[in-house]
Amino acid sequence: MNWASVSDFLDMGGYGFYVWGSYLVALICIVGEIILVFNRKRTLLRHLSLIHQSTKQEKTNETAS
Amino acid sequence: MIPLFSIAAILLCAAGLYIGFFVAPTDFQQGEAYRIIFIHVPAAWMSMFLYVVMAMWSGIGLAFNTRLSSMIATAIAPTGAMFTFLALWTGALWGKPMWGTWWVWDARLTSELILLFLYIGFMSLQAAIDDPRRADKAGAMIALVGVVNIPIIYFSVKWWNTLHQGASVSITQSPKMATTMLTGMLIMSLACWMYAIAVVLIRTRAVILERERHTVWVGELQGAAR
Repeated sequence: MNWASVSDFLDMGGYGFYVWGSYLVALICIVGEIILVFNRKRTLLRHLSLIHQSTKQEKTNETAS
Repeated sequence: MIPLFSIAAILLCAAGLYIGFFVAPTDFQQGEAYRIIFIHVPAAWMSMFLYVVMAMWSGIGLAFNTRLSSMIATAIAPTGAMFTFLALWTGALWGKPMWGTWWVWDARLTSELILLFLYIGFMSLQAAIDDPRRADKAGAMIALVGVVNIPIIYFSVKWWNTLHQGASVSITQSPKMATTMLTGMLIMSLACWMYAIAVVLIRTRAVILERERHTVWVGELQGAAR
């Protein structure tokens, strides 16, 4: 176990800013990408279902008229 | 398949980071700063690996006119660009304490930056062209031409005397790294690879749905979804 305490861990031998700076950005990139990908799918599916509804609407109108 | 890769990525990442931070010893020369290696090297490897995979898929799509392969290439680009940016960012944060500078026009750093521009070029070119088929062909051009940059990045440290150190891990010689550091880094690379596969598969589904939105089966899909 290398670290005496949590603060020692965060200090990272004086390089804390650089180490945690890179890991923080790594986390932001990864989590950000996951959110973007799922967002893209969700809005896409909602968009598709709207199209689907409107086409169904037209069909019913045609059959009705 | 996606949950399989996602879980593998999470587990491997946890194991890799644990080894990296709690098992691997302090480096005699760089102290603790070297621990950035556990994200810097996997990101760099993935940025090169994903570009080659992307070029392969877009090449297949170009050669055989198979739309799905071009869709996979389109789906890979953002993840590749993310890893390239990550490699540059973590490299800069590692360079500052060790080299005393965020950036230097070193052969490896510059070619990695070119790789980032290639990814962005690929994505923006594809976005700029409406017709997906033509966008795929144009994308294949950038991907295939850009592939020459990958060996340049990889061998840049050998060909020119670069500030960036040489390959300390290679399939031919024995590794020049302490075993725990090496295993931590390799596990993190596997974790990044699993993550990349999972994200690309999800994005490929989105690209397929986007491009096939006028087809019958997407319509039925919507009907069934209700």
